[in-house]
Amino acid sequence: MDWIPQIFRRNKIYNDLSEEIRLHMEECTEQLMREGMSPKEAERQARVAFGNPTLLAERSREVWQWPTLESIWADLRFSLRQLRRSRGITIAAVFTLALAIGANAIVFGLMDGLILRPLNVPQSENLYGTNYGNNPTWQSYPNYLELRDRNHSFEDLAAFNMVLGVGLDTGKDPSNANGFATTGNYFDILRIRPMLGRFFHASDERGPNSAPYIVLTSAYWHAHFQGDPGVVGRQVRLDQHPYTIIGVAPPGFQGTISFLAPDFFMPIVNQEQLGVDSLNTRFTEHSIFESLGHLKQGVTPAQAVADVNAVSAYLEKTYPKQIAHKSTALTREGLTSFAPAALGFVSALMLLAALILLAACANLGSLFAAHTADRSREIALRLALGSNRSRILRQLFTEAVLISCAGGTLGLIASMVLLRRLSVWQPMPDVPIHLPVSPDAKLYLVALGLALVSALLFGIVPVRQVLRANPYEIVKAGASARLGRRITVRDVLLVVQIAICAILVTSSMVAVRGLVRSLHSNFGFDPHNTMAAGVNLVTAGYNLERAPAMQRRMIEALQTIHGVESVGLVNGYPPLVYTAGERENVFKEGTSDLRPANAALLPFHYQVSPGYFAAAGTGLLAGRDFSWQDDKNAPAVAVINREFARTIFGSVSNAVGRNFKLHDGTEARVVGVVEDGKYMSLTEDQQAAMFLPFLQSPSTSAYLMVRSDRDPQELAEAMRYKIHQLDASLPVETQTWTNLLEPVMFPSRMATLALGVMGALGAMLSITGIFGMAAYLVSKRLRELGIRMALGAKKQEVLQAALGRPLKLLAIGSASGLVLGLLATKVLAYIVYQATPRDPLVLASVVLAMLLLGLLATWIPAQRALSVNPLILLRED
Amino acid sequence: MPVLNKPMTESNARDLFPGALEMMILESLRRQPAHGYALVQHIQQRSNNLLQVEEGSLYPALQRLLKAKLVKAEWGVSSTNRRVRTYQITAAGLRNLEQQISSFERMFEGISLVLNPGKSTAS
Repeated sequence: MDWIPQIFRRNKIYNDLSEEIRLHMEECTEQLMREGMSPKEAERQARVAFGNPTLLAERSREVWQWPTLESIWADLRFSLRQLRRSRGITIAAVFTLALAIGANAIVFGLMDGLILRPLNVPQSENLYGTNYGNNPTWQSYPNYLELRDRNHSFEDLAAFNMVLGVGLDTGKDPSNANGFATTGNYFDILRIRPMLGRFFHASDERGPNSAPYIVLTSAYWHAHFQGDPGVVGRQVRLDQHPYTIIGVAPPGFQGTISFLAPDFFMPIVNQEQLGVDSLNTRFTEHSIFESLGHLKQGVTPAQAVADVNAVSAYLEKTYPKQIAHKSTALTREGLTSFAPAALGFVSALMLLAALILLAACANLGSLFAAHTADRSREIALRLALGSNRSRILRQLFTEAVLISCAGGTLGLIASMVLLRRLSVWQPMPDVPIHLPVSPDAKLYLVALGLALVSALLFGIVPVRQVLRANPYEIVKAGASARLGRRITVRDVLLVVQIAICAILVTSSMVAVRGLVRSLHSNFGFDPHNTMAAGVNLVTAGYNLERAPAMQRRMIEALQTIHGVESVGLVNGYPPLVYTAGERENVFKEGTSDLRPANAALLPFHYQVSPGYFAAAGTGLLAGRDFSWQDDKNAPAVAVINREFARTIFGSVSNAVGRNFKLHDGTEARVVGVVEDGKYMSLTEDQQAAMFLPFLQSPSTSAYLMVRSDRDPQELAEAMRYKIHQLDASLPVETQTWTNLLEPVMFPSRMATLALGVMGALGAMLSITGIFGMAAYLVSKRLRELGIRMALGAKKQEVLQAALGRPLKLLAIGSASGLVLGLLATKVLAYIVYQATPRDPLVLASVVLAMLLLGLLATWIPAQRALSVNPLILLRED
Repeated sequence: MPVLNKPMTESNARDLFPGALEMMILESLRRQPAHGYALVQHIQQRSNNLLQVEEGSLYPALQRLLKAKLVKAEWGVSSTNRRVRTYQITAAGLRNLEQQISSFERMFEGISLVLNPGKSTAS
């Protein structure tokens, strides 16, 4: 391979060649002179005979070159010079593309991390989980055991549960940690090996609380133990219970939910110790989160579903009092039941991002068309001098590719920065959310592909102009002649672009409105001005016997705080705390066979204290609140919501004083009816709910709700003080109720944020699009405008002449975009709660926004048109 | 004035097949090293003015041969006391020439057979 020295020797080769050619001509001339020609004639003849020496030299040189490569190189250099000359356009174009490609790269990164990338365990393609939440009474530990032993589809079945907010005391820095409680076979089923020490296995499980072992994730081990290998065998405390660290999981393994990053793993047989549901209760939804396993060879997911449903039917028949089972779905392990939502969300984002790229390409296409039109003389000259059209097109495409690559690189860098930040983002303090997004080669490829595709898209716009150009006409007509026709591709492109931007703006407005509405929708309680204090009496040594009395004393103590309007207590969690809602079957009065199939309703149920409704701001529609007399010795009573009353008793007024049966057969009398609300999620259909007096079904873990318009910080202080006065050892967690609702709000918030960003990008693109068009038109017509003004045209007329067209196009584009956008919001309604297009405010604000954008974008060109000085202009040229 | 003569009119002008010019250059150089002008003259004379080598083809061909290292070039002084760049055939060039000639002869034989099917060549 001697092409490298050749490159350096080339100059000598070329010089030799030129010299040789010169000497050849000389010799030829002399020969002709010897034959009797005059020197002048001889030189001319020699030249004629020789042909074009430059061409010859060029062709001879080509022998030493890679012709295509080098002409591309020449194109590149020429393009760079051209781009440098029109710096404004270049910067605008690169920036536009960087935005568009960056947005697409981020969305792709999200999709890759959440959906495309499999769980980081061997053979994950064959790993299926039973869908959580398809039936609230199904996911319990006893049911898991039955399913594990009776199914014929899974090689083996593991289960896990989440243990959130556990106090992990390593001896020096007690802190809250989040873990997975897993069955012993979990790691074996996942086929992974520990990085350090050992995992626990099925053989370690010997009944409740028999396996006090924990396995740390590699990340937690690095963060809290500085990667100390001596950590194996060390004692730690989980909520005061002693545990032994037996191993560290391999790096990159963070459990089986792809967007959560737990700190540790512990045996599920020990979870009861930490206050999680008992493993013996069959009728519960909290003792496991999900069961999972590899399908046996040759078993299809559909067969497995049928098998699981068969086991469920058997269980339903065997335990009619505890199990009602509808159907089970299997999902590829990783996203569990969030898969459809995540898929919908990401694909909607993908669609919007693609729209943005399209708008950007339309923008650049019209910019490029204008740019090419401005260079019509240069192109005509090149054509006239014998350059072929394909060479000119290649050069234009080279410019397009240069711009798009620069834009793509910039966009990629920005998206990498953002994705890195996303991957360490902790949106909620209590939930170990970890978005597994990390930029990799796939992302680079996608960005490159997008850059090339967009270069092709906007580079193709001026092609027709060049192909149709008639060099003779253009050179003759001078600088003002333009390639192309009167209604140009540019106009069409601008309309398309503005339409797309209007779609984006409309969708983001709809989304923002949806969020605002869901924040202010009727929850059935009023979270404002309410402070929540979580108190778990178990940690301070209270049992169920002593708890209610202590809770009553706390309520009374809190009522004495200055400025407090009302105080109430709810066992467990208040409504709308993510995944905390519990439901229970109820039966009509006459029902004697209390199997789930005969249940009249499956309402959410809460145990609350007298005063809770006042503290929560829940309106009482009929009857009365609970009183302190509704205790264990009094007859069972209940307050139900409107939906409950409507379904079972027909109406609110009918309900009070009537009876129904609780799941254990107790007859409860309805003493009050409260307004409907939201209990599990913002998007749920109206659900039935019932409230029971907490004195009749006590619990040690409860939230105290305190309504007061005092400063939250001060109030929280005062509440902790009052409670610690009663018992200094009680841990109290205070936060505003709004804060507590954060996780439920999170999806809508995210969707709105994402759509808002997309809308902002769309708005920016439409500004640059209209601005580019208006500025170009004004600059093209400056002379004409100058003449008009010199002849006495009014400002208004000048403006109309200059900007009439872009504004007309803006109006057409916005109108069509608005219509399309409103149609598109039907799709949006799936991901954004309460997104409805039939909203006059949205319509008005979209129209206003597009108008403002138009004004903003045409402002500078308009100023320029008005400041035309006819004298100076006419003197030019 | 043989240089300016165009032995073939435009209508019956025929392009040489690819490689023919290189082959003739190599053959000329095998007999005697020469510079570009001399090569043009030489080929024209040897072909009885039937072949006219254009400079526009000669120099690219020479560059190709140089690049393939079939010839080498040196600046020197000619017999007529001119500064010239003289080309010489290399060992590789000789080998290449032989291959070219033999393959050309076979091709020529084939073409002859097709054009004159009655006669059989005895060689």
